[in-house]
Amino acid sequence: MLAMNYRGPYRVRADHKPDPVIEHPGDAIVRVTRACICGSDLHLYHGMVPDTRVGHTFGHEFIGVVEDIGSDVHKLKVGDRVLVPFNVFCGSCFFCQHELYGNCHNTNAQASAVGGIYGYSHTAGGYDGGQAEFVRVPMADVGPMVIPDDIHDDDAVLLTDALPTGYQAAEMGDIQEGDTVVVFGAGPVGIFAAKSAWLMGAGRVIVVDEVEYRLEFVKRYAQCEVINFREINDMAAHIKKITDGMGADVCIDAVGAEAGGDVAQTITGRYMKMQAGSATVLHWCINSVRKGGNVSIVGVYGPTFNAVPIGNALNKGLTLRMNQASVRRHLPRLIEHIRAGHINPKEIITHRIPLEEVSDAYHIFSSKLDECIKTVLIPPSAREVRAVSASAKP
Amino acid sequence: MESNRDNPIERQDHQDHVHRHDGDGHVHQHPLQGDFTSHPPRPGREQLSHIQGWGVDLDRKNRPGVPMERTPPRFINQHEGKLPQQPENVEVLVSCERSGITPVFGTVQPPQGVSGALRRLAFKWSESDMRHWLLLLLADRVNVVEGIGDDLASGKVPNVLGEMGIKAEWQYNKAGLAKKALVAGAVVGTAVYLMRRRDR
Ligand SMILES: [Zn+2]
Ligand SMILES: [Zn+2]
Repeated sequence: MLAMNYRGPYRVRADHKPDPVIEHPGDAIVRVTRACICGSDLHLYHGMVPDTRVGHTFGHEFIGVVEDIGSDVHKLKVGDRVLVPFNVFCGSCFFCQHELYGNCHNTNAQASAVGGIYGYSHTAGGYDGGQAEFVRVPMADVGPMVIPDDIHDDDAVLLTDALPTGYQAAEMGDIQEGDTVVVFGAGPVGIFAAKSAWLMGAGRVIVVDEVEYRLEFVKRYAQCEVINFREINDMAAHIKKITDGMGADVCIDAVGAEAGGDVAQTITGRYMKMQAGSATVLHWCINSVRKGGNVSIVGVYGPTFNAVPIGNALNKGLTLRMNQASVRRHLPRLIEHIRAGHINPKEIITHRIPLEEVSDAYHIFSSKLDECIKTVLIPPSAREVRAVSASAKP
Repeated sequence: MESNRDNPIERQDHQDHVHRHDGDGHVHQHPLQGDFTSHPPRPGREQLSHIQGWGVDLDRKNRPGVPMERTPPRFINQHEGKLPQQPENVEVLVSCERSGITPVFGTVQPPQGVSGALRRLAFKWSESDMRHWLLLLLADRVNVVEGIGDDLASGKVPNVLGEMGIKAEWQYNKAGLAKKALVAGAVVGTAVYLMRRRDR
């Protein structure tokens, strides 16, 4: 089959690899019809995530059609159109029992902190991802969800990670009616976090980024205020100034380990690996939120430590919440929102690119070329579903 | 309640310090903060009504509930009975923070060569030990070189620029590409010049 193949930092290509096979009775093989490139794939692409092995296929956001099932799969059948949450989870361990699907204890032998994630290095379990024609989907009765007929493929693929993660980010912020919410990062997750903040009754939503076209996009899509941090000297002081000296009620980190905006963090975190990525946005969140406020973190940080101003968090009495999203838990509610027109996920897709051109797709997304917001890769075996326009902008 | 909120603009106008030097003292005069007892102003519902879907999840009963993890979970087909064990057909490195291998695990790209040896070594330490992660990062870099070797051994010369997306760079960022080429050219040119000079 054709699959994305990681060759080293900034180097990926489309290659032929052996088809995946059923390795556990609970497995299914899914023929991929759409796979996104996610902002967190860029952490892998840039070589930031430990134990990313050459030959790995990325892609934790994909949908497809069930092609084959193992002997222990009873609820799913060949031919079902499914969306696959990015977490590989068992549904029955202690953590899954508590709906912490991102923290499953039964699917990632190589770490105990993080659960299994498709195509996200061996630190996240050593599963190949969905930027391929076929993918192995373990625990197929538990993870995948049959896509309702009235849900568009492009909406479905955004339900595998970006939208639920943005929604969970807002929810972990525990937003009260009228709250001022600052979202750092105008990528897909930040865009959906901003949108979700309104659903939860925010009074003011402000999104911070450095890329003008992304700010323009989020301003329009999420009807929010925007700040370009390149125009601001001191983020915390600025947020206080525009919130009557209070600070934001809720700050959301939708950036993670590769934040720009601070030279020292960039050098120690991104270049020298003296900490697990640049923690600039964490500093901004902790210092810009009001006393007693909430900080919600969904931007991905690598193991194992970051220089974080925990003393400020203590002195301010903050609540910090963070996790990989438990996608499956959010799906029924988010589908209701899509049906009701409260949110229209597919509007953020700016690029549809054939899987064969994966090198260029990654470069466009990583370097923010061609006003890219979200890229969908389409494998050759799914061409009949390929959208008519190559680069349909909303 | 709104009484203290009437002059935010005025307060901002007085934001700058007044510096005065009288005698040998340096006196700063700051604007007054004012009493901080009031509630910040909040937009009313009518001001927010133009936002699509505003407040539909205001009532947290409607939310999937992150802070309120639930037992049993609501939306999944839970596996009945004990999970079957996946057979171990390739080498899988297992975190030493665990008691054994998980019932389900990934098997792609098993450890191989020098990078594989480094990874095996890394797994002697737990995830809370820096050595674990530093060795894995080192192994990743070694693995890149091994990857080029594998490509060449199988008769394939990797198209490095292509893999880095030069086509897209050419299409959407000609200026950037030109700049990079210029810098690269200058570096190579200087190196050649220096080497030639040393030869003389
Ligand atoms: Zn993702
Ligand atoms: Zn589990």
